[in-house]
Amino acid sequence: MPDEVLATFTTRRLSILDENGQADESLLLPYDDDELSRAYELMVLARIFDERALSLQREGRLGTYPPIRGQEAAQVGSALALSPEDWVFPAFREMGVFLTLGYPISQLYQYWAGDERGQRAPDRLNIFPVCVSVGAQITHAVGAAMAARYRKDPVAVVAYFGDGATSKGDFHEGLNLAGLLRPPVVFICQNNQWAISIPVAGQTASGSLAQKAIAYGFEGIQVDGNDLFAVHRATKEALEKARSGGGPTFIECLTYRMADHTTADDAARYRPPEEVAAWAGRDPILRLERFLATRSFWSETFRADVRARATVAIDGAVVAMEAITPPSVAEMFTHTAASLTPRQAGQLEGH
Amino acid sequence: MARRTMVQAINLALQEEMARDDRVIVLGEDVGRDGGVFRVTEGLFDRFGSERVIDTPLAESAIVGAAIGMAAYGLRPVAEIQFMGFLYGAFDQLFSHAARLRARSRGRFTCPLVVRTPYGGGIKAPELHEESTEAFFCHMPGIKVVVPSGPYTAKGLLLAALRDPDPVLFLEPTRLYRLIKEEVPEGEYIVPLGKARVVREGAGVTVIAWGSMLERVLKAVGPYDAEVIDLLTLNPFDSETILASVRKTGRVVIVQEAVKTCGFGAEIAATIAEEAILSLRGPILRVAAPDVTMPLPKLEDSYLPTLAQIARAIEEALRY
Repeated sequence: MPDEVLATFTTRRLSILDENGQADESLLLPYDDDELSRAYELMVLARIFDERALSLQREGRLGTYPPIRGQEAAQVGSALALSPEDWVFPAFREMGVFLTLGYPISQLYQYWAGDERGQRAPDRLNIFPVCVSVGAQITHAVGAAMAARYRKDPVAVVAYFGDGATSKGDFHEGLNLAGLLRPPVVFICQNNQWAISIPVAGQTASGSLAQKAIAYGFEGIQVDGNDLFAVHRATKEALEKARSGGGPTFIECLTYRMADHTTADDAARYRPPEEVAAWAGRDPILRLERFLATRSFWSETFRADVRARATVAIDGAVVAMEAITPPSVAEMFTHTAASLTPRQAGQLEGH
Repeated sequence: MARRTMVQAINLALQEEMARDDRVIVLGEDVGRDGGVFRVTEGLFDRFGSERVIDTPLAESAIVGAAIGMAAYGLRPVAEIQFMGFLYGAFDQLFSHAARLRARSRGRFTCPLVVRTPYGGGIKAPELHEESTEAFFCHMPGIKVVVPSGPYTAKGLLLAALRDPDPVLFLEPTRLYRLIKEEVPEGEYIVPLGKARVVREGAGVTVIAWGSMLERVLKAVGPYDAEVIDLLTLNPFDSETILASVRKTGRVVIVQEAVKTCGFGAEIAATIAEEAILSLRGPILRVAAPDVTMPLPKLEDSYLPTLAQIARAIEEALRY
């Protein structure tokens, strides 16, 4: 009876752009200036959206809000790889994905201000509403990918979630099903290292989240989640693989939640300031700016212009959001089902 | 026409609807090659193939969750959960997602899926194989809860459920799967959701039941002037038919297989009290299981409402 090694596994890690803005040219995809400036503009837009959301919340103009600061490269970089016909299943901290896909900014604010109408995606976008119950959307993404393949549509499906979700049953049930049936789905985990007060070491004894995919029979890869180029490349390759019948991929974007879990949280209670300070130096926008500084289109004026344009867009969205007529009581009933039950109809009338 | 069991009737409905509509996909544990543990999906795999009859891993939340994604994408999935006691693993998917997707997305995404599951006791099965917890699922705005009581209603209700634009939980009374045969025609007929039926007319007392208990009620009412209402859909339930009958008889007995406290009978009783209390001649009576965990087979006959208990309640109601 031999005692032997049954199998051994390896997990890849991809990093292209370092903290000093130096890119590994052998791994860098060819980008033209327009693509680079668009990615930069979206990351700045996401940052300013987020900063404004926090100040609006403090003024009582938004409800509880989960900041995305620090995760702009993971969100913009992955969403830029998507095609318009792809389906996206977000968690609740993916505002950068929504913005990259062209979701109306005012609607995003509208949702976080407590108006559910902000969640109705424009018909041109196949993006699901925010999913508050952690990890459940992973199974929805697998189902949508199964449907897309059944329909023979050239569509890939992406599920976004955080490190906390990898502890949930739906993560394991969803990835297991995906590994078996191999529909065109890509799992993008933004490992921001904190699920409220629990660090990733308190979620799992695994050495990485990426390696969890091995157990389900498909590739998991860890990328530097603050590296726009690594995230973009890994996502693009995973989407191409999915569309060509190669099955699912799990991408762990190792990043950091620079702010509190939500505006109702105080992260200073549970994490050391030195850790936050160390990650501030790895800011994804700063890193991209250092890279872009070597490009001919870059100048301080360009940088200021990008910020100014984003600020104008955000200002306009806030004005538009606050000009929206509050929802009527009927809105509470309208979309419960295709038609109201007799009791609901009576309740609506009595309101 | 042919006389069929409920298993055959449900199978026929699935066969016909899958042939008519290529959006209909069946998924669940053992539903493919095995034809389901009760053989409800027998023959579907051979006829429609593995793309449309999907044997899933043993994962209830993923079955319902994947069905939600398929439904949102435009298909019409039919998810089988092997026993109602295993549906609890998919509770979050049903309550937090299937029931709310239309509302959460303000109508952009919908969830036209059917979750089929055998429910109820009296089949001498292990723990969690005989559950009757329908009331949990009636507390979920956005989901319809449908309970056929025999082969004919099973086929017609399932066709209605498969064409409904919203999620439907379809509870199949396991004890009746092969107990009753009825004339079940081939081809299309719909038993509409949200409508009860008066199975037997009477003037002395209204007896309300659904699913597995209807068969028992019909046996128990023999000597009495009882009107029997088969609810068929629990949510939304047909209060109009109930109230019309109560206004006529003035007496009510509600028979449910589930435990008494917070059972669906409580909702019916409250509705009658709110809307027709002045028509009542006596108290609204409930025959239900005691508030205990469903026992294993040695005691299941002591748990389930009996003919004698139903008859006693009717006699008590008639005393007023």
